[in-house]
Order: sequence, then C-alpha cells, then structure tokens
Amino acid sequence: MTEIDRRIRVIVAKPGLDGHDRGAKIVARALRDAGMEVIYTGLRQTPEQIASAAVQEDVDVVGISILSGAHNTIIPRICQLLREGGMQDVLVVVGGIIPDEDIPRLKEAGVSAVFQPGTSTQEIVDFIRNNVRQLA
Amino acid sequence: MRKTLKPGSEKAGAIKERQKEFTTTSGVLVEPFYTSEHLRNFSYERDLSDPGSYPYTRGIHRTMYRGKLWTMRQFSGFGSPEDTNQRLHYLLKQGQTGLSIAFDLPTLMGYDSDHPLAEGEVGKCGVAVSSLADMETLLAGLPLERVSTSMTINSPAAMIWAMYLVAAEKSGTNWKHISGTIQNDILKEYIAQKEYIFPPAPSMRLVVDSITFSARETPRWNPISISGYHIREAGSTAVQELAFTLRDGIEYVEWVRRAGVDVDEFAPRLSFFFNSHNDLFEEIAKFRAARKVWARVMRERFGAKDPRSWLCRFHTQTAGCSLTAQQPYNNVVRTAIQALAGVLGGTQSLHTNSLDEAWALPTEHAATLALRTQQVIAYESGVANVADPLGGSYFLEKLTLDTERACFEYFDRIDAMGGMVAAIEKGFPQKEIHDAAYAYQQAVEHKEKIIVGVNDFVAEEDRPVDILVIDEAIAARQRQKLVELKKKRDNARVRQTLDALGGAATTHRNLMPYILECVRAYATLGEMCDVLRRVFGTYEEPAFR
Repeated sequence: MTEIDRRIRVIVAKPGLDGHDRGAKIVARALRDAGMEVIYTGLRQTPEQIASAAVQEDVDVVGISILSGAHNTIIPRICQLLREGGMQDVLVVVGGIIPDEDIPRLKEAGVSAVFQPGTSTQEIVDFIRNNVRQLA
Repeated sequence: MRKTLKPGSEKAGAIKERQKEFTTTSGVLVEPFYTSEHLRNFSYERDLSDPGSYPYTRGIHRTMYRGKLWTMRQFSGFGSPEDTNQRLHYLLKQGQTGLSIAFDLPTLMGYDSDHPLAEGEVGKCGVAVSSLADMETLLAGLPLERVSTSMTINSPAAMIWAMYLVAAEKSGTNWKHISGTIQNDILKEYIAQKEYIFPPAPSMRLVVDSITFSARETPRWNPISISGYHIREAGSTAVQELAFTLRDGIEYVEWVRRAGVDVDEFAPRLSFFFNSHNDLFEEIAKFRAARKVWARVMRERFGAKDPRSWLCRFHTQTAGCSLTAQQPYNNVVRTAIQALAGVLGGTQSLHTNSLDEAWALPTEHAATLALRTQQVIAYESGVANVADPLGGSYFLEKLTLDTERACFEYFDRIDAMGGMVAAIEKGFPQKEIHDAAYAYQQAVEHKEKIIVGVNDFVAEEDRPVDILVIDEAIAARQRQKLVELKKKRDNARVRQTLDALGGAATTHRNLMPYILECVRAYATLGEMCDVLRRVFGTYEEPAFR
C-alpha cells in the first residue's frame, strides 16, 4: 500500500436534534464503497461528543450532516472543539440544508466544503480524496 | 408481455425505445401498453366495487369530491406561537379549509425552549410550544369548533394534545365537537423519522392510552395518523411505504385490542397519512390499493363489523424529498403533478409543498402559491367532478392489483418475524428503506433516473429565491416566557401533578387524565417528558454498520 492508499478515516456525524439520516447513511456507505474507513456517530450527538469521537478515532475527515437549521450555532462549536482537541488539520465538510448566505461564515469557522442538496456522492468522494491532508 | 401485434401495425422492433427498460420512480417495470389481457380474472365486484362500497378501491364515499372537496390543509409552523398564529389566520383567509401545525425540534423531542439541547433549534423547523400558554397563543382566535386541526407530533403527542384539549376547554369549546388529528405514530419514528424519546413498549402504551381516551372523550378526533410519508421520505419504494404503514396499522389495532377495547370502538377513528411522489400512476395505484388492503385487513383479519372501521381515511402530502434546491420554480410543477395524483387517488386531505422548501421553511408567498395549486386542481381541472375518474384504466388497475399483492407479501414476511415491533428490533424495515434509498441514489448518479435541473438541464446560473429566515431573538423571548410562567403558576400544584403522573406511569392506568392535570397546572412539556423519561427510560437505535 502506498502512502496515498492508506485508508482515509472519516467520521460522519449527526449533531443537534435533527433525526434525518437518509443522506448521512448514504454518504457513509458511499465512502466505505470508495475504500474509506467510516464511523457513523448515530443521531443527536452533541458537539462535544462529536469532537471527542473525532479525536479518539483519529480521523482525517469530519463530515457533518445537518438539516435542522441549527448549523450556524452547532458547526462553529464543533470546529472550535476540534481545534482545541488538536485536530487543526482535519478536513471538515458539511452536508444538508444550508442557505448560500451562511456558507462564507461556515468556511470562516473552519469548514472546507458545504455540500448542498443535489450533490452526488462521487463529488464528495473526490473532494475528500483531493483535499484531505497528507496522510502520515 | 404480449408479443403479438395486430395486422397492419408497425413491425416488431421497427421503433427503438429511448431506454432499455422503463420503470416507475420505485423501480417497477412498466410495459409499452396495457390491455384487458393484463386483467384476466379481474372482477369489478371483488377488486373494485363502486366508490363508497367495500373494498373501497375507488374511494371511501359514493360521491367523493362532488359531496365535499378534500380538506386543503397546509402544514405550517415556524418561530414563535405568535408568528405561527398569524400564518394560520392568513392561510384560512386564503381559503385553506383545515389547520395543520408543525412544531420545532425541541418540541418534537420533548424539550422546552430553554433546554441546553434546544440551542440554535428553537423555532427553526416549526413552532416552539413549551406550555399551555404557548398553545393558547398559537390557537388564539381560531374557530376550533368549525375547523379541524392536525398536529404533527409523535413522542410527546399525548402532552401536546392535552394542551390543545385544555386550550379548547378554556375557550369554551366542547371536546365532543372538536375535530382534528394528532400524528402520534411512534412506530414510524423507529423506522424512519427517528423522533423517538422512549423505548417501544412504553411508547406504544402512550399511543394506546390516547386512542382509548379519544374513543370515549373526543368522538370527532383522530387520535393517530398512521404514516407512510416519512417512510417514503427516508427513501423507501411506494410498495414499502404502503406495506410498512398498513402493517404499523395492524400492529396498533392488535395493541389496542389487547388493552381490551373492541375493534369497532376505535377503528373508525384511525387515520392514515401518505406521501405523493413523482410517478403519477404509481401513486394513484398506491392510494387505491391502500383502501382495498385496509378494508380487507379490517374485515377479514380483525372481523370488524362497523363499515366505518373498514375505511382507510387519509391525508396526503406531496413529496418533500423530490424538491430540488436547483431551479426552485420547477418545484411548483412537481408539486402540482403530485397533488393531482393525490386527488385522482381519492385523498381526504392534502398538503402541497412550497417551491422553496429545499432551502427553508416556506415564505408566505410560496405557501400561498402551494395552496393555489390545490384550488386550481379543485375548481379548474375537472378531476374533482367524477369519483375515481381513472378507474377502469388497464394500466392503473394492473398496477393497483400488483401493489396490493406486494403489500400482502410484506405482511407475511413481517408476521413471520413476530410483528412490526419485532421487525423493527431486527432492523428489517430500516434496512429495506436504506437499501432502496441507496439504489435510487445510484440510479440518479448513473443518470438512469433524471432529475431536471440537477443531473440534466442544469442551469449555468440559478435565479435565487427569497427564503424565510428565523429570527434568533425568538429563542430568547421564548425562554423569557418560561421564566415568567414559572413565577406565575402554582408550583406546588405543578409538583403534585407531575408526581401523580410519575406514579401512574408505573401502573397500567390511562395516562391522559394525569397529563391533562399537569397541563392545567401549566407544567411544561419538558417537565412532563422528563418525568416519563425517568420512568420509561430513553431509546437509542442500534448502530448502523
């Protein structure tokens, strides 16, 4: 296995009270099919739980799925906790219902990409492969 | 498939078709055309009968919309109770004929607006209701004696319903006269929507309690709306939506009967809720099959004698999951076709989605256009003037029969697992849904299924739409209301009623009277749910691998 082929580790997280998991599970499965190691957190995780799991699992990518409209509160908190946990280099990507006008603020908070409705799983796989930091 | 062609017609194979095969949205193969050959052994009496006659395939009433149009009932809710009250009044003024209330996630999950987990969520997905005071504000000035109210609430349905009942009581409205529905369908939460609080057994107890209470106290109320909408939104096929919904229905009937209530005492007030997705004929067939299957189940499986127990009365909502963020105005067209399917399928009540709902909750303008969609269908298209106007279509009748058969096949499988609760514990419906959702996503990504504006006919530049933004200050105002409420109310009385609820929860007594007492004392939603969390425990779904 070359360095590049070391399996990318991803955590797919559902923060807040939102219980809509159709997309998160599809993405988790697609990433697994693409050869990544995926941990799915299950529903209703707090930012603290997500950040702690990301650190514990030493993931390369944190994927956040949120459709409830609480993203402006929850996502910056997750990013902050990741930084505090020493995960500055982790790739943070978001999917769900995120209005265009909220994207710049999320990116400032540390999100690398926001995948809005209609995004294909292939797009997400490609983005992760192209943007994940050099794997140790 | 018939291979013989009539003399004089085109030679076989002369016309090449656009695709290798044609399937419905759910993946069911459809043929070039249908004839009476597809309906051998078809019997009008057995398989159809007239509208209003068993097995009700063609509709639950003889006159259908000639007697009364479906209820135009737009699901609404956002921000504060004041905001939503305003929208409800507005929509009534625009001609909607029933009310339907959407609650925010904290409310849906049994948390007050001031709970730590409510942060960022208050008023975002629906209206925040933490107490009877909020409910009174929400319902202010609404003609509860004349108009029916549907409330989409599940785990804490008994508590929210109690708030509605007490608000009605305080405004002098007789419980025997009020009409409405609480969704209160916990099984589909475990299967699809995932807004569960407690484990299955105590959750079912709450549902049984509310159904038996309603049978005695609120004869015009539907204490449950057994739902397929969310199952379909989670990615199921049309057959799965139908089968899991009706099998959930069978489970509820079994549980209520086990509690000692005769089927004809409560079955007439069971109601249902279906999705209306893109494929016009697949959806109409599904609605017709629903009535036929449920009638047969109630009469044959449960021996119900009252014809009202045989009726699958249902509300329909157009498919939220079909709406696109790209080129949002295309959604007006999708919604119109889906609404048409609901009407041609004989729904009793209909909600049409707004064009902007892939982005946010509907603006007033978008919600109005959605309502107008129903009104155009009702008054301009002519389809409401004849009951089951597509009845007799070879294609539709074949699809209806096939859907019915596939539905019973799922019943057999779930029965063999020990019933729906057992099937849920095994993860069966959840896996079926996920696999169907994944297969659909693959089909879209391989362009086997086209979504206009998304994987074809993509616009270089998209015209944005104005979207509804929820004021973050609402959360603070709701929290302040709770502070004031807790100062004003008799806290000793609250404590007393909550303790009584907790005590009753450990017995087999019907909890509705206890919940009503808590509500009258202005105990909050969170306080009542916390008592039950302590007694019943909370539920975590098995890990997804």
